[in-house]
Amino acid sequence: MKHLIDIMELTVEEIDEMIAVAKDIIADPDKYAEKCKRKKLATLFFEPSTRTRLSFEAAMYELGGNVIGFSEAQSSSAAKGESVADTIRTVGAYADIIAMRHPKEGAPLVASRKTIVPIINAGDGGHNHPTQTLTDLLTISREKGRFNDLTIGLCGDLKFGRTVHSLISAMSRYENVKFVLISPDELKIPEYLKEEVLIKNNIEFVETADLEEAMPQLDVLYMTRVQRERFFNEQDYLRLKDSYILTPDKLVNAKEDLSILHPLPRVNEISTAVDDDPRAVYFEQVLNGKYIRMALILKLLEVK
Amino acid sequence: MRIDKIENGIVIDHIKSGQAMELYKMLGLEKLDCQVAIIKNAESGKMGRKDIIKIDQMIDLNLDIIGYVDPEITVNIIRNGEREKVAHIELPDEVVDIIKCKNPRCITTTEQELPHVFKLTDKENRVYRCLYCESKAK
Repeated sequence: MKHLIDIMELTVEEIDEMIAVAKDIIADPDKYAEKCKRKKLATLFFEPSTRTRLSFEAAMYELGGNVIGFSEAQSSSAAKGESVADTIRTVGAYADIIAMRHPKEGAPLVASRKTIVPIINAGDGGHNHPTQTLTDLLTISREKGRFNDLTIGLCGDLKFGRTVHSLISAMSRYENVKFVLISPDELKIPEYLKEEVLIKNNIEFVETADLEEAMPQLDVLYMTRVQRERFFNEQDYLRLKDSYILTPDKLVNAKEDLSILHPLPRVNEISTAVDDDPRAVYFEQVLNGKYIRMALILKLLEVK
Repeated sequence: MRIDKIENGIVIDHIKSGQAMELYKMLGLEKLDCQVAIIKNAESGKMGRKDIIKIDQMIDLNLDIIGYVDPEITVNIIRNGEREKVAHIELPDEVVDIIKCKNPRCITTTEQELPHVFKLTDKENRVYRCLYCESKAK
C-alpha cells in the first residue's frame, strides 16, 4: 500500500495490523517518540477542519516528525487557480507524506497519481474519509474487543453521511455483523449501498425509524446529525428532529455494554447529559483518531 | 425504402431503435467526408425495429464507444461488396473521455485536462462509475 484514498483499499489484515500498532502506541508511546525524526508531514487542507487536521499534526509530532502545510485554500496557491496536480508535485518536493482534504470528490486520487510521496485522503467532499473509518474501527476494537458478532445501530442522516457509508462497507467484511439502520424515510441509506454492499454480501440489516425500539439489541450505536438543510420542508424537520436526539431516557433499555460513537462535531443530536454515561465513547474516539493516524503514517512511511 | 449496398466500408447494425443519432454523434461521424446513411426504424426479425448506420469508407471506429452504448450492436466490415467480418463487441472495462461526469462536486469539473474515466462496476446491470467520485454514469 502506497496511499490511502478509500478505506476499501485496505485488506482486513492491513487494518488489523494498524490497529495492533495503534494499541502498542497507546501502551508504550515513548517507544514511538522518535520514529519519524526528520520526516515531514504536509497537511494540505483546501477546506477547513479542526479535528482531522489537528489529529494528523499531533500524530506526526508524537512520532517526532515535523509538520508543514496550510489550513484553508485561501492561504494556498489554489486561490491563484493552481491545479491539484501542480500543488501536489510542488509539495511532494518538500514533504515525505501528505494528508489532504479537498472539497472536490476524487481530488486525493488525482493527487496520488501525480506524486511518489504517500497521499492520505483526509476527506474529499461528501465522498470518502477513510481515516475517520479507521478511527471508528479502532474505537470498536478497543471497546468491544472484536469486529465479529456485533449488532451495530447507525442513527440519523444515513443518506448523506459519508462516515456511515464507509463504516458499513468496512464492517460488512466481518462475520455475523448485523446493521440496524435508524433514520427518517427522507434520510435512509442510498439504494446502491443496500444493493452493492448489504444484499450482495448477504448481510442482515433492518431499517427502522424508531431509535428507542431498536435500542435494546444494539452493541454499538453510531450517531450522526440530522441536518435541517437536508429536509424539503420545515415541518418535517421539526417533526423528526427530536426523535434522533439521544438523551438519557432513550438509553433506559440499552445494553450495559453498549458503545455510543459519533464522528463529531456534535451539534445537539446527543444531549450533553449523555456525556458522563460510561457507554459514551465519542471523546475516546477523538483520541483514538490520533493513535490510528500515527499507525497509518508509520505504515505508509514504512517505518518499523 | 432502399439504401444502396456499400462496396468498402462499415455497417453498424442492431442499434436499438432511436439510438442511431446518439451513436452517430458519439462516434464523431459528422466529421467524415464520405457518405454516411442513418436508417431509422428498419424492420428486424430479432428486434422488431432497429437502427442501422452505413459508412461508405473504412475508418477506425472506437469500439469502446459502441460497447458502452450497447454491446449487442454488431459491426460488419464490408470489403468488395462482401461482409468480411463481424467485429466482436464487448462491454469495455473502462471508458476514457467518452462520457463526462455530471457530478458538480467531482474534481473533473475543476482540474484542467483531467481525463474523464469511468469504470465498469456492475457488468450485469451495465453500471459505470466515475473513477474519481464514483458517481453513476447517466
